[in-house]
Amino acid sequence: MRDNTDLSARLRAGDPGSYEQLVRAHGGRMLSVARRFVRNEQDAQDCVQEAFLKAFQNINGFEGRAALGTWLHRIVVNVALGKIRSGNRRPEFSIEDLLPEFDTEGSRVDPGRQELASPEAQIEAAEIGQLVRSAIDQLPEDYRNVIVLRDIEGYDTEETAALLGIASGAVKTRLHRARAALKTLIELAMSGEKP
Amino acid sequence: MLNSVPGMINCLEFDAFLVDYLEHALPAGQSRQFRLHLLMCPDCRRYLKGYRHTIDLARTSMQEPDEPVSEEVPDELVQAILSAQRADSPRQ
Repeated sequence: MRDNTDLSARLRAGDPGSYEQLVRAHGGRMLSVARRFVRNEQDAQDCVQEAFLKAFQNINGFEGRAALGTWLHRIVVNVALGKIRSGNRRPEFSIEDLLPEFDTEGSRVDPGRQELASPEAQIEAAEIGQLVRSAIDQLPEDYRNVIVLRDIEGYDTEETAALLGIASGAVKTRLHRARAALKTLIELAMSGEKP
Repeated sequence: MLNSVPGMINCLEFDAFLVDYLEHALPAGQSRQFRLHLLMCPDCRRYLKGYRHTIDLARTSMQEPDEPVSEEVPDELVQAILSAQRADSPRQ
């Protein structure tokens, strides 16, 4: 925390060396975060650049209660979400067919897809990683973002609601549908089927 | 069949409780109903197992890509940021 205080004080004072120190200390992690939201490297680097400029401009608003890294993390997430919102949306499919089905009495109708655990043992770990990332990438943007925020970046429901500008109930609904659709996409990919 | 057990929720209601259950946010009564259904319904037990596994897979695959991600920021990006910062800050 002391390093935070020293560095933020130097940033406030406009010490040129402090800017580079901040970028080198936190830039790599911020780039990793941006890559999880936007779909190409140039957009990810643009997000990091914009996030740092916002941080430099707003350093007086950094109160030092959280770690500098936590503060910067939220800034780059906000920038990435803004970039996604303002960009051209990809053609997206409905996830309805990927959601669990129930009969008229509310009992689960199991379509008989393979379980996740069994075929996984036959697939190399690296291949699974690629397969899962590809499945996440197939999700419509709204569902992909909520999974990344909640299950990967670790924001809670209220924080996710604030970042997305929606109600916390809507976050839960969207998250549940996103996980259910992702589960189906992974199962289909592991069994060699296409959605 | 399960629907005839008093106090038993069906699979659709179980499904609606999943997110709150995993966040430990279900009220006590609903949590009891959820666990009772889980005990009695093999389809939902299998579903919950896969659902949890999906969350784990998403987390591990996005945080540990095949190629190790360097925590170092590319030098050209550092220079671009510092250059933009200088342009943005006329006092320096």
